[in-house]
Amino acid sequence: MTAPTTPAEIGGIGHSVQRKEDARLIEGQGNFLDDIELPNMLHMAILRSPFAHARINGIDTAAAAATDGVVAVVTGELMDQHGLAWMPTLSGDTQAVLATDKVRYQGQEVAAVIATDPYIATDALELIEVDYSELPPVTTPQQSLTTDAPLIRDEKEGQQDNLVYTWETGDKAATDAAFAAADRVVSLETHYPRSHPAPLETCGVVADVNSVTGQATIYMTSQAPHAHRTLFAMVAGLPEQNIRIVSPDIGGGFGNKVPIYPGYVVATAASLLLGQPVKWVESRTENLISTGFARDYYMKGELAVTDEGRILGLRVDMLSDQGAFYSDAQPSQFKAGLFHVVTGSYDFGAAHVNCKGAFTNKAPGGVAYRCSFRITEASFLIERLVQNAAYEVGIDPAEMRLRNFIQPEQFPYETPTGFVYDSGDYPTALRKALDEVSYFELRKEQEAARAEGRLIGIGIAHFTEAVGAGPSRTYDIAGLKMIDSAELRVHPTGKAILKLGVKTQGQGHETTFAQIVAEILGIPATDIKVEHGDTDHTPYGLGTYASRSTPVGGAATAVVARKLADKAKKIAAHLLEAADQDIELNAGVFSVAGSPDRSVSIADVALAAYTNLPEGMEYGLEDVTYYDPPNLTYPYGSYIVVVEVDPDTGTWEVQRMVALDDCGVRINPMIVEGQICGGLTEGFAMSSMQWITFDEDGNCIGSNFMDYLVPTAWETPKFELLSTEVPSPHHPIGAKGVGESATVGSPAAFVNAVIDAVAHLGVRNIDMPVLPDRVWAAIDSASNAAI
Amino acid sequence: MDINVTLNGAEHSADVAPRTLLVDYIRRTAGLTGTHIGCDTTSCGACTVLLDGKPVKSCTMLAAQAQGAEVTTVEGLKTAAGLHPIQSAFTDDHGLQCGFCTPGMMLVGAALITENPNPTEEEVRWAISGNLCRCTGYINIVKAIQTAAARSSAASESTSETNGS
Ligand code: FES
Ligand code: FES
Repeated sequence: MTAPTTPAEIGGIGHSVQRKEDARLIEGQGNFLDDIELPNMLHMAILRSPFAHARINGIDTAAAAATDGVVAVVTGELMDQHGLAWMPTLSGDTQAVLATDKVRYQGQEVAAVIATDPYIATDALELIEVDYSELPPVTTPQQSLTTDAPLIRDEKEGQQDNLVYTWETGDKAATDAAFAAADRVVSLETHYPRSHPAPLETCGVVADVNSVTGQATIYMTSQAPHAHRTLFAMVAGLPEQNIRIVSPDIGGGFGNKVPIYPGYVVATAASLLLGQPVKWVESRTENLISTGFARDYYMKGELAVTDEGRILGLRVDMLSDQGAFYSDAQPSQFKAGLFHVVTGSYDFGAAHVNCKGAFTNKAPGGVAYRCSFRITEASFLIERLVQNAAYEVGIDPAEMRLRNFIQPEQFPYETPTGFVYDSGDYPTALRKALDEVSYFELRKEQEAARAEGRLIGIGIAHFTEAVGAGPSRTYDIAGLKMIDSAELRVHPTGKAILKLGVKTQGQGHETTFAQIVAEILGIPATDIKVEHGDTDHTPYGLGTYASRSTPVGGAATAVVARKLADKAKKIAAHLLEAADQDIELNAGVFSVAGSPDRSVSIADVALAAYTNLPEGMEYGLEDVTYYDPPNLTYPYGSYIVVVEVDPDTGTWEVQRMVALDDCGVRINPMIVEGQICGGLTEGFAMSSMQWITFDEDGNCIGSNFMDYLVPTAWETPKFELLSTEVPSPHHPIGAKGVGESATVGSPAAFVNAVIDAVAHLGVRNIDMPVLPDRVWAAIDSASNAAI
Repeated sequence: MDINVTLNGAEHSADVAPRTLLVDYIRRTAGLTGTHIGCDTTSCGACTVLLDGKPVKSCTMLAAQAQGAEVTTVEGLKTAAGLHPIQSAFTDDHGLQCGFCTPGMMLVGAALITENPNPTEEEVRWAISGNLCRCTGYINIVKAIQTAAARSSAASESTSETNGS
């Protein structure tokens, strides 16, 4: 790892500076959404559909409205009178705010009660009578696209079937030619199951609309407050200057807090109509059944390979289950997100991906759960395929990867799907991870164990991510370009405030972004306050998700700090009576080249910026930068998992998990490692237990933490972390972003390990989550096949 | 009904509806919002407080059941002497990210090290297995609880040495 260039008391890049945000959080002084109490605040509860698909014949709200303490009952009809029964989604579809015609998934919003107390609001939901006629539900995307499937979106003009979109990328003809030239074709069909980010804090809003001034202050669990302000202006028709979105401390987001949910809109409309603040906080069940699901792709991949183990081409056919509304949070040009990255870390000439999306009677969402838009699915598919190809060709899975890697000298490397990878050294990374686990020894131990009837498996994943969306020529969400910003003000005493367009949900921006400024200007990180989340007080940006904060917001911070450094050097030259070009800045000290004793500090310069300027210069030491990245960044990693599978029960236990990550320059190694451990745990969760299913009536299974299993400290394996550091050549400080790498890369490593334990029996696939009964069944059917 | 509890060392009473949950009493009646709510099935532990020194999930009891008891929330960890060792250890070992699980985790950790001054990693993992964290992967939480235990034992040893001399 590169050594820090600043002393510890400045705390620039490379220091494991302690987090500034901790002080309030460890004393219970955080300010989370539900902690907000405003005078005269009312409370909202939402009535949700018990059915997956049903027509609404009528809603009787009289008894609820007559309850003591109930101030209003809102239905779709009332919302419709204000043109707010439907709202646009982030993917160009429309979504019901409160259902007027039909309900299209279990848990869909049907009515809302506003009351003086949350207990009263919840009680009154029971008194609302909804007359439903049940309709047959569509519960799989395969069923959805059959000709006799019920039409889910009958309200949508021109929609004749349940198809949401078709999308393709790559070169079909070149791919067909690669397959024709191959010695063999290795294929894999797998389902990346529906999952939910389930941050520990659910979503919520406190809408405070002043009916006299028209000022709308909306406190919201928002990962993207600025984008939400603009979308609110568009949806609700409120003038944007009167909307202030405040995203307070957020108890984890992971993509769940990117979309705008119906509850936010209803609470805002209610506050507008009633002239009082309205609070709505989801219950956990509401969170799991109605907001922001992720994944749910049925994937068929084929790899064309030679007998020497060279990959020639890749073909993918996919079907995604979109739920009832197409509300994926992703750049508008990309129907299946950045799935293009499916060619992974390998150098081959041709790929073609075909994808369809289908409406079903399930909750909408399609958020990028700790993932830069479908990259998790893509990485999983290629890493599973490469392992299976190694088995078919008869070479070691590590060797298979080494034979096909993009080589360090090939960067920048253009993939067959059009991405240009910025930098990397894949062979070094994989070899380092292999050495760490003594891989070839381990293979011998595996052999010996097999001879004793024990099943040991070694799984590798070498993933490449594409993060930091993105360059304005290609990336926008709902038309808003995916740039981001930073505003830096250095005060006369040499302390500073940095204002960001991005918004932390636990990643530690208040610390790491201050470190970027500390590195460049030499102001101690502890003297730099970082402000974010309040749209009235921060510059515009698209927010924090898809690992874009450091690649885009971090870049903006570095650029604005450098702009101020340039001005500061001129001021220093004036103070030192030297030429501008002779001034050197090192760790907060400006000195004259060749005579280091002639120097002034950043604090001297800051004071001079407001008191003693060179002729013709404008006062102040502050600026703002909007950063439009020239490319995405491409972090990568080599993960190795060792498991032991119990042949009698199908349970598996992780014996080792070694994770090598290369995210370019590490701003704060402690925080980077914390991000990786969290991401590995979520990858482990998805591979082992965490998923949402539905029964044939469309009832959501996984609606609470007893059915939707997330790992506790007891199940979570221990991780061993390694690193290499190949900087991004185009990022101002060489950083690539890391928040999602481990969630993206690790599921394939865990699943590959379990498959590897039983591969000698002929098992080539077990879908996630790799539950014991699935493992047992795979062993059982492989053994039967062998008899 | 009248509720009387000792909340973080001070008497607290209020007249609340009998069905008021302890977590709502703490958060809404007493205004101490460091205790969080993360689920509705007693699964997550974000609402953990100490009731007479033992960790309980305050979302699953009525305020009435705490009648007369001593309730400690995250706001009560710090004393005049400064931060509780568990609080400084969570910062030092990066045991928190979003901080939503942190009050519950720290209270479970504080109770554990009172009972077991030198817990093994397994013992810590078992003790916090009723509390979910979605951010950290637990590894640094475990470390922080062990750090706090080690620091507390070191501190009490040095006190007893001083007392003995
Ligand atoms: S809120 Fe009490 S256990 Fe989840
Ligand atoms: S730190 Fe976020 S849930 Fe634990």
